[in-house]
Amino acid sequence: MRKKLDITKEHCPMTFVKTKLELEKLSEGETLEVLLTEGEPLENVPRSAKEQGFKVLEVQHVRQNIYRVLIEK
Amino acid sequence: MKKLSIILFSGDFDRAVAAFTLATGAAAVNYQVNLFFTFWGLNVIKKKKGRSFTGKGVMARFFGFLSGGFKNLPMSRLNFLGASPKIMISLMKKRNVATLNDLLSAAIELKINLYACEMSIHILGLTKEDFIPEVKEVLGVPKFLELSDGGETLFI
Repeated sequence: MRKKLDITKEHCPMTFVKTKLELEKLSEGETLEVLLTEGEPLENVPRSAKEQGFKVLEVQHVRQNIYRVLIEK
Repeated sequence: MKKLSIILFSGDFDRAVAAFTLATGAAAVNYQVNLFFTFWGLNVIKKKKGRSFTGKGVMARFFGFLSGGFKNLPMSRLNFLGASPKIMISLMKKRNVATLNDLLSAAIELKINLYACEMSIHILGLTKEDFIPEVKEVLGVPKFLELSDGGETLFI
């Protein structure tokens, strides 16, 4: 099952806070699709997910400055 | 695990926003975070959010009323009798930036450790029950040093 989170309208620190709280809710094997903007969110969300032991399956450019990141527990 | 400990001495609205932004941001990228509230900073975590005569003894109760709570935190500059924080909150909402209220809820959800200073509480005639239930412990300097050991510490 895939969960979705859109943080394109969020600012620091809520971009990272909302992602962290959603990641915590994932069960083993579940994935979270995060829509985020380039810059700090794109640099930090995949990196800190990896640091926390999650798998970053995909980083895909959607449109303009928006990216989709797929994270699996 | 990386660790960040913040001492919030100030009861100013803007400084509290800074402390909580750092605390929640750090917790979100997997830091263990300790927030230690002392003196004016205690106003941020009082159970009673407005002005109230809390504490033991006439002087302490009067002081408690004057210093107020979460809803009366003044700006460190350009406070304009409390109008500025209200303007700032409405701007934050308009620009979709987390308010102090959002940050406090996030801090609790992220399980940031909240501590209150034993000595300040004693001066003000308060007890642990005068603070929000999420406050984990009332403690002194040695315990704080032990908890913050090996990480970064900020005084705000």
